[in-house]
This record gives sequence, structure tokens and C-alpha cells, in this order.
Amino acid sequence: MWLKDSSVGRKFVMAISGTALVLFLLFHGCMNLALVFSEEAYNTICRLLGANWYAVLGSMLIALLVLVHFCYGIYLTILNRRARGNDRYAVSGKKEGVTWESENMLVLGLVVFFFLVLHLYNFWFKMQFAELTGIHTGAFDPQDGAAYVNALFTTPVCGQIYCVLYLIWFCVLWLHLNHGVGSAMTSMGLNNETWQPRVKVISTVVATLVILPFTIVVLYYFGMGIGALL
Amino acid sequence: MDGYINIKVRVWRQAGPKAQGHFETYELKNIFQGASFLEMIDILNEQLIAEHKAPIAFDHDCREGICGMCSMYVNGHPHGPDSAITTCQLHMRKFHDGETITVEPWRSRAFPVIKDLMVDRLAYDKIMQAGGFVSVNTGGVPDANAIPIPKPKADEAMDAASCIGCGACAAACKNGSAMLFVAAKVSQLALLPQGKIEAKQRAKNMLAKMDELGFGNCTNTGACAAECPKQVSLAHIARLNREFLAAKFSD
Amino acid sequence: MAIKDEIKKVVKKAADKIDEAVEQAAKEANVITPKMAKIPEGPLEKKWTNYKDHQKLVNPANKRRLDIIVVGTGLAGASAAATLAELGFNVLNFCIQDSPRRAHSIAAQGGINAAKNYQNDGDSVYRLYYDTIKGGDYRAREANVYRLAEVSNNIIDQCVAQGVPFAREYGGLLDNRSFGGAQVSRTFYAKGQTGQQLLLGAYSALSRQIGKGKVKMYNRHEMLDIVMIKDENGEERARGIIARNLVTGRIERFFGHAVVVASGGYGNTFFLSTNAMASNGSAAMQMYRHGAYFANPCYAQIHPTCIPKHGDFQSKLTLMSESLRNDGRIWVPKKLEDAKRLQAGEIKGRDIPEEDRDYYLERRYPAFGNLVPRDVASRAAKERCDKGYGVNNTGLAVFLDFSDAIQRLGKDVVAQKYGNLFQMYEKIVDENPYENPMMIFPAIHYTMGGIWVDYELQTSVKGLFCIGEANFSDHGANRLGASALMQGLADGYFVLPYTIQNYLSDQIGVPRMSTDLPEFAEAEKRVQEKIDRLMKIQGKRSVDSIHKELGLIMWDFVGMGRTAESLKTAIEKIDAIKKEFWTNVYIPGEAASLNNELEKALRLADFIEIGRLMAIDALNREESCGGHFREEYQTEEGEALRQDDKFSYVACWKYTGEDSEPELIKEPLDYEFTERKTRNYKA
Repeated sequence: MWLKDSSVGRKFVMAISGTALVLFLLFHGCMNLALVFSEEAYNTICRLLGANWYAVLGSMLIALLVLVHFCYGIYLTILNRRARGNDRYAVSGKKEGVTWESENMLVLGLVVFFFLVLHLYNFWFKMQFAELTGIHTGAFDPQDGAAYVNALFTTPVCGQIYCVLYLIWFCVLWLHLNHGVGSAMTSMGLNNETWQPRVKVISTVVATLVILPFTIVVLYYFGMGIGALL
Repeated sequence: MDGYINIKVRVWRQAGPKAQGHFETYELKNIFQGASFLEMIDILNEQLIAEHKAPIAFDHDCREGICGMCSMYVNGHPHGPDSAITTCQLHMRKFHDGETITVEPWRSRAFPVIKDLMVDRLAYDKIMQAGGFVSVNTGGVPDANAIPIPKPKADEAMDAASCIGCGACAAACKNGSAMLFVAAKVSQLALLPQGKIEAKQRAKNMLAKMDELGFGNCTNTGACAAECPKQVSLAHIARLNREFLAAKFSD
Repeated sequence: MAIKDEIKKVVKKAADKIDEAVEQAAKEANVITPKMAKIPEGPLEKKWTNYKDHQKLVNPANKRRLDIIVVGTGLAGASAAATLAELGFNVLNFCIQDSPRRAHSIAAQGGINAAKNYQNDGDSVYRLYYDTIKGGDYRAREANVYRLAEVSNNIIDQCVAQGVPFAREYGGLLDNRSFGGAQVSRTFYAKGQTGQQLLLGAYSALSRQIGKGKVKMYNRHEMLDIVMIKDENGEERARGIIARNLVTGRIERFFGHAVVVASGGYGNTFFLSTNAMASNGSAAMQMYRHGAYFANPCYAQIHPTCIPKHGDFQSKLTLMSESLRNDGRIWVPKKLEDAKRLQAGEIKGRDIPEEDRDYYLERRYPAFGNLVPRDVASRAAKERCDKGYGVNNTGLAVFLDFSDAIQRLGKDVVAQKYGNLFQMYEKIVDENPYENPMMIFPAIHYTMGGIWVDYELQTSVKGLFCIGEANFSDHGANRLGASALMQGLADGYFVLPYTIQNYLSDQIGVPRMSTDLPEFAEAEKRVQEKIDRLMKIQGKRSVDSIHKELGLIMWDFVGMGRTAESLKTAIEKIDAIKKEFWTNVYIPGEAASLNNELEKALRLADFIEIGRLMAIDALNREESCGGHFREEYQTEEGEALRQDDKFSYVACWKYTGEDSEPELIKEPLDYEFTERKTRNYKA
């Protein structure tokens, strides 16, 4: 199977799964943004995406994408380290135009993944999972997403720490996407001499667009939390 | 103005492919900055021979930046810290008095060390043999002007074709990938009507050979293009991906 | 009717007898006749067609049974190996570098000539032929040169079909530029990398055959001897080679029904040249020792546009493409005091006002100006520098100025045309050529002389062929720019693959021979003994130090201006160097392993012999022609003075033994079709 056996095939899988995840994040971000305007609207969306078959299917698909992206990332890194050989360079110079994030995608990816687990525990476990299984693990109604968000980010001190952690997560994600989006485009063949600088810009813009709504929401609650403290 | 400098050179010494390698440091006095880096190594070798020690083995030939034979990793860069040149065009004016210069061979699984700074780059030949050509025999070809080719395309093909096969791309790549090398040839020939006919097969065959020979997977960091002595563009990698994917999807 | 036939028969018999007698007499007088050189009958433009129509061929089934050894993978070697394999022969191909793509053809920058007449400026096969013959100062064989001009067009077609990215115009058709020695634009080019692109074309064709298993490639192998085996008539034929694996140091044996050598020129005899570090003349010397004639060794080309020498440690000279002379103007100061100040580093070229500049090429040669042939341009530079007008600290440099072109065309256009050359210059010299004129000086670049071959490119040894720069055939006493690539590819793609079949057609019954035959063992033993002898010397001097000394002697006494006296001195000094080398060289390490110094020593041993041969030949040739300039033979204006009545011949040197002088054999050059004139680039 060329998607597993050829290097460009593997890159293509990374690119496609990554792109799909980016699209999901864009949707997720827009959904979150609703919180800032109306908790009611947000909860409506939460209800829509509760235990319905399409939401469950969507979740499973996303989980599959994450798994594929994660496994391929690990697999590629193992292959690439092996290709590098046993002797490492004693001195490694800074290469012009090569970004730090592009050389550390696995590390960034792992950090993103670690936060993802935390995030799932914070929300998905208490919401969709609880709804599906009927095991109530949280203090609120699984369909009352806004309440969970509120509780996590505004509870004094603990909430603020969560805010900071989430902001760090977004930064890491931004770095990951800042290389990832452009890289995915190149891997899918969507690049050329003229578009090279443009692809770089697109990559940064998309990365920023993805984290922007999330950041706004977190900052909004951070502000609320701080306001309440004062 | 070029002057004279004293330097230390820390060189990777390895007796053979299987031998354990190590660094050795040599002192050199009064090196003229107008000398090329390889001429500095020549001077060092003369010094070693005079001391009845083994001279440093290294690959070099044309010494004007085109044959692609020289292959030294100098201070953390393939072909040294200057841009758009090969090691033989690197000059000592890029270094300062008292500096310690570290010289290593290309390090990549597909480029095993033969001795000291000399590596085996047969893998690149093998990739070329897998499809880096247009299948025409000598004779029986149409007139050279029979097929006009738009100048921008011809120019871009020329830029891709300027690859000298030195291996700096794979040496610079943290993944040990030879994508830029493969892409340069695939792209050159895909851009020209002469090569278009076999473009799909070529992309598949050359890439399969690259994978088979143990080169890594490209992650688009761009280190290859940044260190390429002929400044072959990363855009060619995108074209290779495009050619390859198109070939696979049409299968 | 019957009587008529009878008479015809008698006449023919008599004519044959006369022919035979002539050939016999020629042989005894050490003269090579056109018949011996296998030059076909007929008018000039029909010779090659006649040859191809009547030569013997080998049928496809038999081709499979024949092995051909090709030594070298430059333009000639790679194209020959690929084409022979395409035809169905089994090819064994050898190169000393780590890949066939590294051969020094790759360094050619400017372009390749062809008589396409795409520019509609009046070019034709005949004109290319004429320019080449004239450029070679009427010292080349007419039939060979005409064939070269004829196949030149096929080369361009072939290369385009292979995907060589030649420069194009906006309409999509091929672009041309002009080169020295021609009044038409017939040079095709690929940026400043024409040699590289053509070689990659040949290399890709070769790679295709290697992939198919028709060519067996031996990288990092150096030929050290040729194996000769007697046939059933007692005649010696080349049947294989002994090569050293440069990685393991092992001596290996290889069989072939024929051996083709494409090992390039011997310019590195001068130590400093534009040749690659590993370029050498050893293969030529091995052929020479087995009885192949060495023709015109003294014809070496000095290229006018090289970056001047800057120190004793220098390892090679870098060439700047001749194409620069299209737009660059060559000058030195008119006033000696300006030159002195330049030499002292007090002023720069741009500080000298226009009226104080001497554009000496435009002054002396108004018709061709800066585009005179290389030998003329080089000598003119030497003349100015000898008079004290040199422009750098050593006084051995002239200016190549683009300020005019930059004003006329704009910096961008100049950068587009010559950008990579300018960049190369700046990296080496650390001076910006857009702001200050470049400095250039002549350097050894190419050797027109080489192993003598007949029209079929076969040497005087049966079964041993020689192609490309390694042979002597097409350039006479001076080669025009952009013609080396043309000759290499002509030989490899379009000539040898035909002519070698004329030889091989009666070899189809010869079975593959075992390399265990005593002839192979003996050849290997000879090589081993030579290596052992070298390793045992354990003297005090490094190979390079002796080579540099040889180079200086060559440059000073066998260089751009030669005299009987300087040449005699050279021979004495070379003999002394030979002695020094064989008694005092030091080679570290083991012979049976990777040993760079041993490789260099083996090559230097041959360079010493070649240097001596060059001096002997130059001493014999009492005239000035092309790249060979004897100061005793010049016009009042300092132009080369040929002695057509005495020296209109190819000087072929036959080896007679290690310690005896070579024997001179002459191939007269009777110009049947072209009138010989004094070369005139003035009007």
C-alpha cells in the first residue's frame, strides 16, 4: 500500500489527516466563540452535538484522524532517525530560513497531544461520554457545556492556572500549525516557486485563525475570573 | 583585505567503513585567507606527510564548484558557512584568527563513510538509474527546434537541472531525505515536453528507489534548499509530490 | 570488349602494385598515408557518408557476444558507453571519481557549437568546418574536421531529446551566443553550465543502460595498464585492462573485445591548470607504451580568461567562460606608471580614465576584437604583461571590463547573462566585478595533442580506440571555444559507435577470454612491480612538491612562448626531476588500501614523461602555429609564423623503450580541399 510504503504516501497521509483536523478545529473554535456572546446559544450547539449518531460518528472520525496523525508521526520519526544514521554531527549550524518548529514537529505534536488528553478529561469525558454511557462524572448536566467551561476557567486560582495552561497549549498548537499547514500544502503538491512565500503566509494566517477563537474564549473567561476575584 | 591567520582544525578521522571514528585537532599557522578551504586541507596534508602521518582522505576534483565531488560538513554546515557554494569555493577569509574549525563527513545512513571525510554516494547514482532519464536512444530524434518550449519553463527546468548531486541536501536534512535531489531531476524532466511522457513512471520509480535505499521522509523543513550549493528550490519538491500523487491516483 | 577488360585488369593490377609500393615506402620512411589513416575516398562532404555506406556492421545477435571496455565517463566516454549499450554491446565502463557524473567535462561553462544556422546569419556545415580548420591553424585532418561539423547538428537534436535545458528565446526556440574565432552565433548554451548539462544528458543515457544491465559500471577504478593478446596471425590486439580499485587498493583484471579510452587531456602536467585535480595523462601513456603513437604533444591550449594565480599553495586555476568576451572588453593601462600603481595596489582599475586604457585586442585585431581565438588572445595578454603592463600585484593579469556592457544593457541583463560567473569570481577574488573590472590571465586549459587515431578513431594498436580530448584528431594546433564539447559528443554518440563495428565485425568469432590467461597475469605483475617500486622509495618529498616543480618548469620553458634553448633546458630539468621523483618521493600508507598519495604518484610518474615528450615535440616543430609558439618564428608584428613547407604534418611519437628517445613518424597534412592561409583576425 503506497500510503504506508512510500515516503510521499506517508507525507500525504500526514497532510490529509492534519488538514482534516485543522478544519475540525476551525469549526470547534467558531462553536466556542458562541460562548462569548450567549451561553444559551453555546448550549444549543452542545445539545445538537450530544449523543446524536452524527456527533458520535464525527467524534469517532476525529479520534481516528488523531490516531492516524499520531501514529504516522511516530512512525515517520523512527524512520527518519534511522535514515540519519548512527553518527550524529558534532556541530550543527543554524540553517537559514529553517524554522525551529519545522525541526521539532514531533515534540510540538506530543505536547499538543498531552494537552488534548487533559482537554478530553476536562470536557468530552464529562459531556459526550457521560451522555453516552449515562455515567455522570461531573457536577453539571452533560448538556450544559457552558457551565463546565465556566467552572473550569473561572474558579479562583485553579481556573486561572487552567487558563494559562490552555494558552500555552494554543501557542504550541500555533507553532505546530505554522509549519504544518504549509508543509501539508507542499506535501499535497500545492506549492510552486511563486506561491512559496504565499504558502508561508497562508500557513501563518491559518494557524492564527485556528487558535484565535479559542484564545478569545479563554481570555474572556480569564478576565471574568480575575474580575470576580477583584 | 586578505591576511594570514592561525587556526585549529578539528577533523573526523576514520580508518575505514567499519572502524570507529574520532576527532583529531591540528594546528595550522599562517594560512592565507585568499586560499580556498581545500587548499588549507592540502597544506595540512603536506604537513602530515612531512611528519610521516596519514594524510586526510577527502573527495574533491574540479575545485570550481561544479563536479559535486567535495563533501565536507564545516562548522555545522554542508559545504561550510558561506551560501550557494561548494566546499572547494569556500575561502579562508570566512574564518578568523584563532578559530577552531570542525570538519565532518556527510552523515546519513545512505552515505556510509569510506575513510575520514570521504563518503559513498553510490545511492544517488542508483536513484538516477531507476528513472532519471528520458528513454531515447542515440539517433532518430526530431530537430532540436521542432518542439518550442516556453522560456519560463525552460528556465525553471534549467534551475532544477543545476543540481550537482553532491549530497548536501541529504546531509543537511535532519531526516536524511534525498527529496531535493530526486525532485530536481523529476521536476526538470516533468517541465519539458520531452520528459513529460514518462513523468509518472519516473516519479514513482525514482521515489521508490530513494525509499528503498534508506533515505528518510521529507518533512519540508527546507534545510536542503537552504544549504544547496546550487540553490535548487524547495518548489521542486512540491512538483515531485504532485507528480507522484497524480501518478498514484491515476493508477 | 574482352581486350578492354583485359587492359583494365592489367592497369588495375599495376595501380595496386604502385599503391602497395607507395605504402611500403611510406612505412619505411615513417610516414602515414591517408590510406593508413583510413580516410575514405571521395569529395570532402561525401567521405563520411561513403564510409558509413560501405563499412562493415555487426548484427544484433553478435553484438550481444561482444564486450567493450570504455575507460572514462566524460562527454566522450559516457556517450560512447551509452550508445554502444543501446546498440546491444556489453559495455564495461570505468571512472576514477565516485560517480560517472563527475568527469571534468562537467566544468565546461560556455557552450557547444553546431552548424544549425538557427540565427540565419549565414552559418553552414562548411563554415563550421572552415572556422575549425582555420582556428586550428591548418594542423588538423580535413576529413575528420568535416565529419565533426557534419554531425554537430545531430548532437543538438540528441541533447534536446534527452531533456538538456538549453537556453531559449521567448518564442520557445533555442538561443545562441557567439564565441571566439567565428563570425556567426552558433553556440548553444545552458546558463553557465553547458558542460554539466550535456554531461548529465550523457550520464542519464548511461544510467539508463546501467539500470538495464547493459553497462557494468566501475566507479573509483583507475586503469593502470592495457592487456595485449596476440591473435592467430601473431598480431597484438588490445584485449583488456588492469585497473586499481581506488577504495580497496586491489588490482583487478577485465576483458574486452575492444578497449576504448576516453580519459581526457594531460593539461595537469603543468600542475596548475583549469583541469580537475584528478585529470591525468596516465591512460594515454599506457597506450603510448603499448605502441600507440602520441601525436602533437606540444599543442596545449592556454585559455585567456582565467582567474590569476594568487599564491604558492594554489592547487588549480579557475576558468571564466570565454562567453564573457562577448560583452567584456579586455584592456591594460596605456601608461606604464598607471600599471605600476595598479601593481602596488595604490589604485584600482576603475580609477583609470577611458582615454588611458589600451584595449589592445580591439586595437590589434579590429575585425574580431575581443573575440579572437584563444591562442591569439592569450599571447596578446602575455605580450602586454611581459612589457610591464600587468595589472595585479604579480604583474600577471589584464582587465576584463563590463562597465561598457552594464551601461549599454543595464546591470540586470548583464547579471542574467553572466551572473553565476560574476558570483564565482567574487567568491574567489573577493572583489565585486560589477564595480571593478575583473582580472584575468591565461592558463593551461586543454590539450589538442593526444593519442594518434585514424579516421575510425582507432589508435595504431589494433582494437584500441581513443576518443574525446584524449585523441589528437580534430582541433589541430588550437581549439576554438565550444568545440571540445562538440568533439567529445560527436566521437561518443555518432562516430565511434559506427566505426568500432568495422573492427569488431571480424571479431565475432573471438570468444570471451578468461582473465586468468598469462597475458593478464603478466600485465598485473608489471603494475604491481611499478607500485612496489614506488612504495619502496620512502624518500623525503611529497608527490605534490615534485609536481609543482615540474609544473613551474613546464610553464617557464614549455609554456606560452618557447625557444629552442628553453626547450633544451626543459628537457634537462625534467630529466633531473624524473631522477628526483624515482629516488626521493615519499608515499605514506599501504598500497593495498585507499591511498591518495599513491594515486597521485602513479599519475605524476606519467606526467613527467608527458612533459618531456611535449618538450621534444615542441623542439622538433620549428614553427609557430596555434597554441604552439616558438619565439624564433614570428612576424614583425608578433603573430605566429607557420612553416607549411616543412611542418605541415602530424608529429606522431612512437615509444621505443624506457630509456631511449621516441621515434618520429609523420602524417603529412595535404590540404586537398581547403586553401591554407595565414590566419588573419585583423580584417
